Amino acid sequence: MYPELGQLALILALLLAVLLSVVPLAGSLTGRDNLQAFARPLAAGMFVFVGLAFAILTNAFVTDDFSVAYVANNSNSMLPWYFKFSAVWGGHEGSLLLWILMLSGWTLAVAIFSRRLPSVMISQVLSVLGMVSVGFLLFIVVTSNPFDRLLPNVPADGADLNPLLQDVGLIIHPPMLYMGYVGFAVAFAFAIAALINGRLDAAWARWSRPWTTVAWAFLSLGIALGSWWAYYELGWGGWWFWDPVENASLLPWLSGTALMHSLAVTEKRGVFKSWTVLLAIVTFSLSLLGTFLVRSGVLTSVHAFASDPERGTFLLALLAVTIVASLTLYAVRAPVVHVRSRYGSLSREIFLLLNNVLLVSATLLVAVGTLYPLVLDFLEMGKLSIGEPFFNLTFSPLAVAAGLLMGAGIFSRWKKTDGGWLGRKLLWPLAVSLIASTAVMIGYDGFKPWAFVGVFTAMWVTVATFWDLWDKSSSRKGRIHGLKRQSRSYYGMVLGHLGLAITMAGVTVVSNYGIERDVRMVPGDVAMVGDYQFVFKDIGARNGANFTAQYGSFDVMLDGERIAELHPEKRQYSVGMSVMTEADIDAGLFRDIFVAIGERISDDAWAIRLQYKPLVRWLWLGAIFMAAGGFLAISDRRYRVRERAEEKVDTSAPVTDAGSTRSAGAVS
Amino acid sequence: MHPIRKKRLTIVLFLLVGLGIAVALTTYALRQNINLFYDPSQISAGEAPVDVRIRAGGMVEEGSVVRDPDSLTIEFRVTDFNASVPVEYTGILPDLFAEGQGVVAMGRLNNNGRFVADQVLAKHDENYMPPEVADALEKAAKGQNKASENATTNTVSY
Repeated sequence: MYPELGQLALILALLLAVLLSVVPLAGSLTGRDNLQAFARPLAAGMFVFVGLAFAILTNAFVTDDFSVAYVANNSNSMLPWYFKFSAVWGGHEGSLLLWILMLSGWTLAVAIFSRRLPSVMISQVLSVLGMVSVGFLLFIVVTSNPFDRLLPNVPADGADLNPLLQDVGLIIHPPMLYMGYVGFAVAFAFAIAALINGRLDAAWARWSRPWTTVAWAFLSLGIALGSWWAYYELGWGGWWFWDPVENASLLPWLSGTALMHSLAVTEKRGVFKSWTVLLAIVTFSLSLLGTFLVRSGVLTSVHAFASDPERGTFLLALLAVTIVASLTLYAVRAPVVHVRSRYGSLSREIFLLLNNVLLVSATLLVAVGTLYPLVLDFLEMGKLSIGEPFFNLTFSPLAVAAGLLMGAGIFSRWKKTDGGWLGRKLLWPLAVSLIASTAVMIGYDGFKPWAFVGVFTAMWVTVATFWDLWDKSSSRKGRIHGLKRQSRSYYGMVLGHLGLAITMAGVTVVSNYGIERDVRMVPGDVAMVGDYQFVFKDIGARNGANFTAQYGSFDVMLDGERIAELHPEKRQYSVGMSVMTEADIDAGLFRDIFVAIGERISDDAWAIRLQYKPLVRWLWLGAIFMAAGGFLAISDRRYRVRERAEEKVDTSAPVTDAGSTRSAGAVS
Repeated sequence: MHPIRKKRLTIVLFLLVGLGIAVALTTYALRQNINLFYDPSQISAGEAPVDVRIRAGGMVEEGSVVRDPDSLTIEFRVTDFNASVPVEYTGILPDLFAEGQGVVAMGRLNNNGRFVADQVLAKHDENYMPPEVADALEKAAKGQNKASENATTNTVSY
């Protein structure tokens, strides 16, 4: 009975979404307030019904209702309760439902936190979000109903959740990632609404900035969680494979990062408007592209649930409609504004422009590497794959360039920066980071050119960020007062940039100084990895809740002292008989020690993977910093205070945040 | 020049330079890192290049897996039920590697017609078959009527 109610709820949500996409928009175009007033209640109603459907599906999982096909395919009565819960998004239909839940959640959030926006604007934004919801609700109702029944032959038990997904990483990775993906729908909706009513001004940029930043922060966390999960759960210690599915999440992140920075310019200086709108459209389109790639089954990956071509076609159509419609609107309505404000060739505007050029180039590179094989395959021109070296070779220089530019850009001022002054400013950070990165090279045995470049870039960003903070916080009333005077959005930027530096340092060091050894070992054997000695003590059987395992015991010694005892496992799940490798890791801020068991070679010999991973944690630590920076930035009071006065904001007026006022003095 | 024009020119130049570098890097890197896929029939017919990094895929032939007890070296044959190719690999195999299952291997073909793999990928769950492998099997089945029965029954069972 419940599952049918769930389906009914989805259909009702679809109807509300249709109304939401039509009624408020019509009201805004005809100037009828009574129609615009429907926007918020419709958004709330849609959320309630989607939430209801989601709750019903969750209930079906928790109560082991195997008459529902989706539950029978993705759960099992022996599954621990928390995995039954997360199994809701362990397959195609449920993860799509989660996506829609997020979308309606974001829509509701926009409806709630936009009291100060003009009614016309909010009606249009919510209508656009309604249209996106229509697309996805139609998709789920027509092609991927999670409530399909297996009647009358109800299976006695479920086929179980893929063991790879029976992990805490899966509980949080998809929701975070989807929050990011779907969050860009809000930035997109703001851009489309601005195009419809022709109000591309600083106020529009300020409204969409916090939404973009939050979406970006969630996406950063989602990507980092995925990478962390791959690292320990896929078993073999890799953290980024340039797998098309990973790339699919990186693409909107890259263009979203560009969008965030270009929105800053649009808000503060009133320039780059058309570019910013285009980026908002592109970023959301890339989110949709990601969904298409992951869910259509065109890719070989963990995420490609067995799927039918109908779904792929539907998603492709959805993607095409979105891109064509929004780009057409863009072509017709993109502002042919004559920008009044001027900026010199060495201004913060230019630095941010370069940042955008680099980020968009990186987006293009990743897109080419990801899509080229798919397009060729589709045209039946041969099957090929593009390997990791392609991405490493092309992406790294862009990342380094972006980092070097960022260090200099931090000191730059809006409108005009004196070249000589900037040069003198950069001298000390340059010297400090050169010395520091040389020291790091000595610490990790051996100079490697690429490692030096990477570490130097990370140091450069870090030193420049702190240098600027020191500069800005100097105050006659004392350092503490100066530090307190800086805005939260400034600290957000500091955290974000430091996060990038941390991630860069981690990537560089672990790729250059990490050690990986595959060895054949019998109990009693000893193997060396760098300075670490691994002693294989024994291996025996162990029983888990829904699996049996070969349970290994290793001692890790450093300088004759035991520093860790590790227990990697080889699990065999009782349902489906699938085999899983569970690595064991001694995690540390400065290094991970990693052991995983491969296959059995003979009666007592096993293939064992041993790894030393310096600074690998920094990869994800950096992402946490970036996300924290994002959340801090949106808590800035100016998003609350200025909204009231925004009608009066003149885009060419001088900018009055603490930093640039000071610098204006310095320059002139 | 008018300052605004000058500025626009700067921007356009920046964009062009950035784009140029990106395109140059991409083509250079692409040329070196494209790995073509060949199925066992193509490889045994001599269509695959020797000593170039390629991908090969098919089913692991039943009873063909031979393991060296003293190292991590393993040998097996990959088949599309029409032709088969010997594969040699040293390292840890994925969890779902097994006889009668689909695999994709990355590596180089040596002069003796032996495929020396540096990476072996297996399907990642019970219901899924790498698309390249499914295609290769289908192609082989179409090409040879005798083998087709065998191949289709095998394909269906995954």
